[in-house]
Amino acid sequence: MLEDIALNVGEGEAVALVGPSGCGKTTLLNLAAGLLTPWEGSIASSFARPAMMFQQPRLLPWKRTLANIGLGLKACGVARAERDRQAAGLAARMGLTADDLAKYPGALSGGMQSRAALARAFAVSPDLLLLDEAFSALDIGLKSELYALLAGERTAHGSAVLMITHDLMEAVRLADRILVMSGSPGRIVAEHRVDTPVAARDEAWVFARTAEFIRWPDIRAAFALPPLEGA
Amino acid sequence: MKRAAGDWLTASGHYLWSGWGSLASLGIFLAIWELTAQQLGPLILPTPIEALGTLHGLFASGAAGPEIAVTARRALAGFGLSVGVGSLLGLAAGVSMTASMMARPIITVLVGMPPIAWLILALLWFGAGDGTPIFTVFIACFPIIFVGAMQGTRTLDGQLKEVARMFGLSTWMKLTDVYLPHVVSYLFPAWISALGMSWKIVVMAELLSTEDGIGAALAVSRSHLDTAASMAWIVALVGTLLAIEYLLLEPLKRRVESWREFASSSN
Repeated sequence: MLEDIALNVGEGEAVALVGPSGCGKTTLLNLAAGLLTPWEGSIASSFARPAMMFQQPRLLPWKRTLANIGLGLKACGVARAERDRQAAGLAARMGLTADDLAKYPGALSGGMQSRAALARAFAVSPDLLLLDEAFSALDIGLKSELYALLAGERTAHGSAVLMITHDLMEAVRLADRILVMSGSPGRIVAEHRVDTPVAARDEAWVFARTAEFIRWPDIRAAFALPPLEGA
Repeated sequence: MKRAAGDWLTASGHYLWSGWGSLASLGIFLAIWELTAQQLGPLILPTPIEALGTLHGLFASGAAGPEIAVTARRALAGFGLSVGVGSLLGLAAGVSMTASMMARPIITVLVGMPPIAWLILALLWFGAGDGTPIFTVFIACFPIIFVGAMQGTRTLDGQLKEVARMFGLSTWMKLTDVYLPHVVSYLFPAWISALGMSWKIVVMAELLSTEDGIGAALAVSRSHLDTAASMAWIVALVGTLLAIEYLLLEPLKRRVESWREFASSSN
């Protein structure tokens, strides 16, 4: 399914994998997360504490939101009072109220569930955060809010990010390096650096850069877009 | 402790309060019983009042209490055994694909085997005494609970299993925080139907194999052609079963599964 992939994520670096649906992005991410083991090839990770945010929030429906956010902490053996305190603090920064924290996930709106899922991932202070199209189902207002939260937590902890997305604008906005994948078999066909610091990327910059990006022949080929006239 | 008992009472109270509809249907049932009994006469079918009167007499003379206790002890022993063994083995079988495939034909045989056949075997193995009814109850309830536990484990969302692995949950945490909360929604219905089953089986086993218990008392009242006493024992039997199910298991189920109601009602 995947062929000749050499992917390396440095400490504190944000790498985005973009590519059409079905090109093997999720498989690659699951390999990196250790949820799948490769048939051939090897995966080496020196990240001590990876965390992942999935496309769906995937909160445990029988645990209240506070306990869901503290799940990773509980797995690390943090005592109850301490993990509740940390989870509540993080949740407050994520815009969740005490009332939300006492609810079961089924009673939260989709946006609140996503906040809780992001908080759950950040709760363990991950040095590598894996994002599996984590924001793709959210409205643009919520997206930009979560982008800001992500950027804030990243600068606070210096965690590396490996994200997959089919949203080029998201990749341009968040990543230091963008890898373009194409399908059958899945392989990396291009790599682009984005040197502007994340904090300096305003809306206008993101729009301009994405528009420029989508004109590049390798991206058009990967997404099977027709070549541009006169290009 | 005191608070837990208070919670318990509140949960039972809520449950009973929500049961007015059931009470009404019970009333209709009693009315039909009364009418039929008036038509058929006391030798064939005593009225509810007569049956309850006889039962009251049995309690007053001290005959009913010990027999009910003996029967309850046997039924609960067999039921408890199958809850323990069936739940554990079912959970284990659900985790492994191979184990569940291997278990399937055995379970089909166990479910298909009529309890009376087990009773005959149990009589040969254990003779007259506690062993026979307890074993028969155990073997009849076991497959129901086993299948419930196995189905519960098998149907756990694979996405949640990934979450558990991603966050490095220990085996114990996977069991208590991920598997069990999901599995109980399959286990509880299985436990409740097994409990009903155990009450039916124990009386049948006692009727044929023992000298005491409700089943044996029924055998005696039958040989005396005492329909009123037979009905009284049947009422005692069903009453005990209902009490255990509605005062113990249902409130427990509501408590454990409270997240379901919160999740569906407040959104």
